[in-house]
Amino acid sequence: MSLFTRTASSLGEMLAAGEVSSVEVTQAHLDRIAAVDADVHAFLHVNAGALDAAAAVDKRRSAGEVLGPLAGVPIAIKDVLCTLGMPSTAGSRILEGWIPPYDATVVARLRSAGLVPLGKTNMDEFAMGSSTEHSAYGASHNPWDLERIPGGSGGGSAAAVAAFEAPIALGSDTGGSIRQPAAVTGSVGVKPTYGGVSRYGAIALASSLDQVGPVSRNVLDSALVHDIIGGHDPRDSTSLTDQWPSFAAAAREGAAAESLKGVRIGVVKELDSPGFQAGVHQRFHEALDLLAANGAEIVEVSAPHFEYAVAAYYLILPAEASSNLAKFDSVRFGMRVNPPGGGTVEDVMAATREAGFGDEVKRRIILGTYALSAGYYDAYYGSAQKVRTLIQRDFASAFEQADVLVSPAAPTTAFKLGEKINDPLAMYLNDVTTIPANLAGIPGMGLPAGLAPEDGLPVGIQIMAPAREDARLYKLGATLERLLEDKWGHTLLSQAPSLAPGEMFAAESGAV
Amino acid sequence: MSTEPDAGVTPDVVRHLAGLARIALTEHEITKLTGELMVILDNVAKVNEVAGPDVPATSHPIPLSNVYRDDVPGVTLTTEQALAGAPDHDGSRFRVTAILGEEQ
Repeated sequence: MSLFTRTASSLGEMLAAGEVSSVEVTQAHLDRIAAVDADVHAFLHVNAGALDAAAAVDKRRSAGEVLGPLAGVPIAIKDVLCTLGMPSTAGSRILEGWIPPYDATVVARLRSAGLVPLGKTNMDEFAMGSSTEHSAYGASHNPWDLERIPGGSGGGSAAAVAAFEAPIALGSDTGGSIRQPAAVTGSVGVKPTYGGVSRYGAIALASSLDQVGPVSRNVLDSALVHDIIGGHDPRDSTSLTDQWPSFAAAAREGAAAESLKGVRIGVVKELDSPGFQAGVHQRFHEALDLLAANGAEIVEVSAPHFEYAVAAYYLILPAEASSNLAKFDSVRFGMRVNPPGGGTVEDVMAATREAGFGDEVKRRIILGTYALSAGYYDAYYGSAQKVRTLIQRDFASAFEQADVLVSPAAPTTAFKLGEKINDPLAMYLNDVTTIPANLAGIPGMGLPAGLAPEDGLPVGIQIMAPAREDARLYKLGATLERLLEDKWGHTLLSQAPSLAPGEMFAAESGAV
Repeated sequence: MSTEPDAGVTPDVVRHLAGLARIALTEHEITKLTGELMVILDNVAKVNEVAGPDVPATSHPIPLSNVYRDDVPGVTLTTEQALAGAPDHDGSRFRVTAILGEEQ
């Protein structure tokens, strides 16, 4: 069994037992990247210092230092996060080649826990998109079918994990950018409770929605990453001061659970739409049947204001983004374009932003500027914030009837690259299942539910929990994952096509 | 304030917004964005169907107040680090072109 097909937790155990070194594990993943990333294009930058970082962890271990469960395990990092020594572009031309003078808190926590950054993953420019097609550096490709999208905005992190280029990755989720890529690539991704994970050093898209979280091939690995990156950060004024339980312990408890007796699972009526793809609907309902057969109580809940969520989101997000992206002014960092014949600093700014921002970023900045302008503020941004209250109330009432809520994680399986690129509205509707959680600040997980019969592509299921109850996601997610894998007899990703002919793949060796 | 927003976006409106947002859009982009904004605004305006005067607005999902920390000296960026990513600088300051135009 190749090292790159192993999960992060099993690599961590092998490293702790001295069966393998971090240099060997890291090299195996660098080799895998070299073999498949020309096709997948998950990475914007591969860390030239990865082997040195791995050697340093091996040295710490051999010196007798007590290290955490993922010490020595490589991880991919979404390019929205600031990293010392590696460019951080957020998928934008305006930040091409920019190397930040500091690490994001989550990256610093990974490094101190001994994880090895493999590189930076591709994304839609400033996380605006659902397909990575808005990356200034070209789209990433879905490992299940290279002509299809890997989801977005964090398609690079999901593709890296699904293509076995990295066992785990970091993502960020503003309207589904962790959960939707997980759904369409057959991987796992978690958007934590708003404020549960520090955003210091995460290049901001919409500050009242953004949250950083883990991406992996199984529930336990996401939990292990969440345990490392979570918790209060004095450098982030929205960071919660809560003491969090061990999410890895919750995942292990869930994986071992004999029965789901006493667990109330709410199906959100408005997110169980007949308009969704048939295979998505089918696999979602089969998962519900499986949960019910194992003792869970399935109840239908209604969230009448969810139908306004996408509209509210596409006012709040552009409004906040138009403000956040004002920092790209050609003065302190990033690109500068001098207009022909020179000009004032404002002319330089305008020429730089014209050249440095892509179409979708311009579209949302103009939309946000409109929504915030005098005369329209109350009718658009103000009303969207009221819808946000109504959606929070819907969740509050739903969580009185259920411990967790579930829905399909995305309305369809992966669509073809280019299919929706010229229809912004169709692209926006793709986020209908994931946006409500961001508007309410609650945690959500996307995990595999099977392959759609009509196209053989992964279908994801979403689990949502009340704010601060992230542990419920890991517990139920791990139970559902075990039940599904028992039923299939294998992991979902072991069925993905082999990208590099001749290499032993997970399917043959029964990974996990 | 009207509760029925006028979604009539014209090229002049987009040109004005682009000025506010400091983006030197081309005429082609202005034409394209005018059409796209009308379609998007038509759709997002539905928030007004339920956003009545009795509904309070939510700005942050999990609001925190009085977030302070002790004001103690910490490690900060050196001048060199702060200038490292700048397009132009003189060793101690960011360098920009003229702040005022001729007509100002």
